[in-house]
Amino acid sequence: MTMLNAKIPSGPLETKWDRRRFSEKLISPNNKRKLTVIVVGSGLAGASAASTLGQLGYQVECFCFQDSPRRAHSIAAQGGINAAKNYQDDGDSVGRLFYDTIKGGDFRSREANVYRLAQVSTQIIDQCVALGIPFAREYGGQLANRSFGGVQVSRTFYCRGQTGQQLLLGAYSALCWQIERGQVTMRPRTEMLDLIVVDGQARGIVVRDLVTGRLSVHTAHAVVLATGGYSNVYYLSTNASGSNVTATYRAWKQGAGFANPCFTQIHPTAIPPGDAYQAKLTLMSESLRNDGRLWVPKMSADHRCPGDISAAERDYFLERRYPRFGNLAPRDIASRAVKDVCDEGRGVGPSGHGVYLDFADVIEQEGLDVVRERYGNLFDMYHRITGEDAYHAPMRIYPAPHYTMGGLWVDYNLMSTVPGLFVIGEANFADHGANRLGASSLMQGLADGYFILPYTIGHYLATAKLSLIREDHKDARAALQRVTNRIDRLLNAKGRRTAASFHRDVGTLLWNHCGMSRNQAGLTLALASVPALREEFWRDVMIPGSGEAFNQELEYAGRVADYLEFAELLCHDALHREESCGAHFREEYQTDDGEPKRDDSRFAHVAAWEYREGAPPILHKEPLAFEFVQPTTRSYQ
Amino acid sequence: MTFTLNIWRQKGPEDSGRFVTYEARDVSAGMSFLEMLDSVNQRLIADGEEPVAFEQDCREGICGSCSLVINGVPHGPDRGITTCQLYMRRFPDGAVITIEPWRARSFPIIKDLVVDRRALDRIMQAGGYISVNTGGAVDGNVLLIGKDQAETAMDAASCIGCGACVAACKNASAMLFVAAKVSHLASLPQGKPERTHRVRAMLEAMDREGFGSCGNQYECEAVCPKSIGVRFIANLNREYLRAGVVESGLLSEPEAPHAESA
Repeated sequence: MTMLNAKIPSGPLETKWDRRRFSEKLISPNNKRKLTVIVVGSGLAGASAASTLGQLGYQVECFCFQDSPRRAHSIAAQGGINAAKNYQDDGDSVGRLFYDTIKGGDFRSREANVYRLAQVSTQIIDQCVALGIPFAREYGGQLANRSFGGVQVSRTFYCRGQTGQQLLLGAYSALCWQIERGQVTMRPRTEMLDLIVVDGQARGIVVRDLVTGRLSVHTAHAVVLATGGYSNVYYLSTNASGSNVTATYRAWKQGAGFANPCFTQIHPTAIPPGDAYQAKLTLMSESLRNDGRLWVPKMSADHRCPGDISAAERDYFLERRYPRFGNLAPRDIASRAVKDVCDEGRGVGPSGHGVYLDFADVIEQEGLDVVRERYGNLFDMYHRITGEDAYHAPMRIYPAPHYTMGGLWVDYNLMSTVPGLFVIGEANFADHGANRLGASSLMQGLADGYFILPYTIGHYLATAKLSLIREDHKDARAALQRVTNRIDRLLNAKGRRTAASFHRDVGTLLWNHCGMSRNQAGLTLALASVPALREEFWRDVMIPGSGEAFNQELEYAGRVADYLEFAELLCHDALHREESCGAHFREEYQTDDGEPKRDDSRFAHVAAWEYREGAPPILHKEPLAFEFVQPTTRSYQ
Repeated sequence: MTFTLNIWRQKGPEDSGRFVTYEARDVSAGMSFLEMLDSVNQRLIADGEEPVAFEQDCREGICGSCSLVINGVPHGPDRGITTCQLYMRRFPDGAVITIEPWRARSFPIIKDLVVDRRALDRIMQAGGYISVNTGGAVDGNVLLIGKDQAETAMDAASCIGCGACVAACKNASAMLFVAAKVSHLASLPQGKPERTHRVRAMLEAMDREGFGSCGNQYECEAVCPKSIGVRFIANLNREYLRAGVVESGLLSEPEAPHAESA
């Protein structure tokens, strides 16, 4: 990896993106149809990018491992999407959304990227309305808004509790149109297993057909990864079970820098873990914190029913510690506050890993029907999972691994350190810094896919002067061979343990030592433990069936094998960052009252790691320059 | 808790398939149905057998991947949920549970409990969209959409495309799915210009894929995990009839964007 060049346009913040777009080279419509682009992933970022590229005239080949592009994990996002529309006239603006996002990310993201995100946010809403997305409306017919954590304005657009679903279905419908037109070839049930790099440029991918098991090479003029986040490395997370790190990790091994992997957001409001066989943690939308109040008993080990604990005996800990933001404190702040009160022995529920999210006050003030209309589906979901009725007793919640702010390093044009390899949405590291504000992931996915990548990739294709490589090119054959060897090795281990048992072990290691808070001793221990676990995996993993067939266990084992390597990279990154910022809380670096202590003099940089075979990764730093905002101590008190 | 599971095993599309009985042991009431199957699979793998193939992803009832017919009912005994949201506390200890895949000619079996539902995607590709290029959209508030109208659109749009409606229907009809998609777009002003073409193209695609027609048994509504009502099928029929009237030249189109929906 050479020097990291973020390629940020110079000059005023407000016109950077306009000037970049104007300076970029264009491709005539006739020539666009001769160019092919591979898009891996069909979530908000992938589907919006693939459909827009198809509409522009490129030949697009889009891959997803699900049976249909409509099932990508974006579909599960509940709460909403931010946009600086200022329809409420409550003081919102592009500048304020920019500032909230930069501050929310604890000054660990690029100003230029974040400003552009805030700028295009307004266009996203318009595009989505045009696609027929049934956003919530006021009686007068105008778009409705609500508020989310970490902000004091109401800028979040939503579709009941299913915003991600509706935005994804909108992008999916746009994709369907392009598939019908023949501009996009959709390849579902196909998993990317390697990247083909020729003379330093990304030129294709190797995939496995998940039905037949057949491996094949696909070549293109450029490759776009839109493969989401990796918080399933913790085993229990809010992600869909298929979400994984494999595509980005294998691209890393082919030369793409991996940036800030330790920035994993732990979301404060998930249903607490219960059974040992639990496969996932279910998120309760952050929007619940608009009306729900978090509390624990003041006394530790207080096992009385919540209704028997009087107001004077309750500690509304977020309202106490953060009076200005109260229950709407940002996710990292709220998660740590929950952890603190549970560590003090005041947690509730059978495991003690839980706090109350209580709706009694809002039900009394506004009535049951209002609450039912706002959050009915979430209350139903809670009831099904726990068997408890949250209309009459408070919900119990606990933090869970959620969104990953780390990802492959990209420049302002969303291109990785491998020319021709673009990375969009959660798969890249950009925009959210060390912490993502609520309702901003949907915004970034669609911003990248609809409004940013389609411009920047054009410039690359216009200037790179590429011809397609053949499927039997030596570098393609080498990539195919790597994949074949890996699958053979997995199938031939013929051990005694299931892939899931290894996944659980690596997840527990990370949760204990690189979870909501980290310290040097724990990280050092994890770094020593992961390689041993990995060796055991390759010696003792048991995968039934064959490679040339539908084999879900083989798919899964391949992803677990990558987690077992990636966990080490994650801990390296957490160990290097000797400061606390956003989702990364190093216990050695905190203020006297337990708040995170940032170190701008040493760590105001993006940490991008370079892969080296058989040796520790090399750290490259992209300094973060703050020209337009002054990094301040991030206080929500 | 302990359960006896009769699970459909089928190696591939060419295999004839059969029920195989397994025991699910040490199941707790708080386990989800899929976690219970996970535990059975872990044991099968440890014994060197092939695990039961089934589809799942989000485990939050929204992706539409999971697709099990449990004791004869798609998504199991509870109304308004997907299989992944079904918990073992719903079953009495010692129960015998039969687990089958979605059965419909248009959903060929891939393996065990996994079926190919691409036919639904192909129906969508026939017209389940609004043709709008990226960029240049007018401000979202230019189109005023009444709250009730937006709510109706959202009711229809909440379809997760799981195909339970098809699996429950004795005609294996996809009418509820198509009705939801057509009604969502037809009830919004943005969807109006293409409504005639859309309803015809999607229904033609549905026939082409081999789905049957609606027999008004309402089984689809009973099993829909999102409780989408058969009133949308009535709406679909009305849209189809309207398309016929438009094409015969008795009604002009496109309508103005602010016109009331049918």
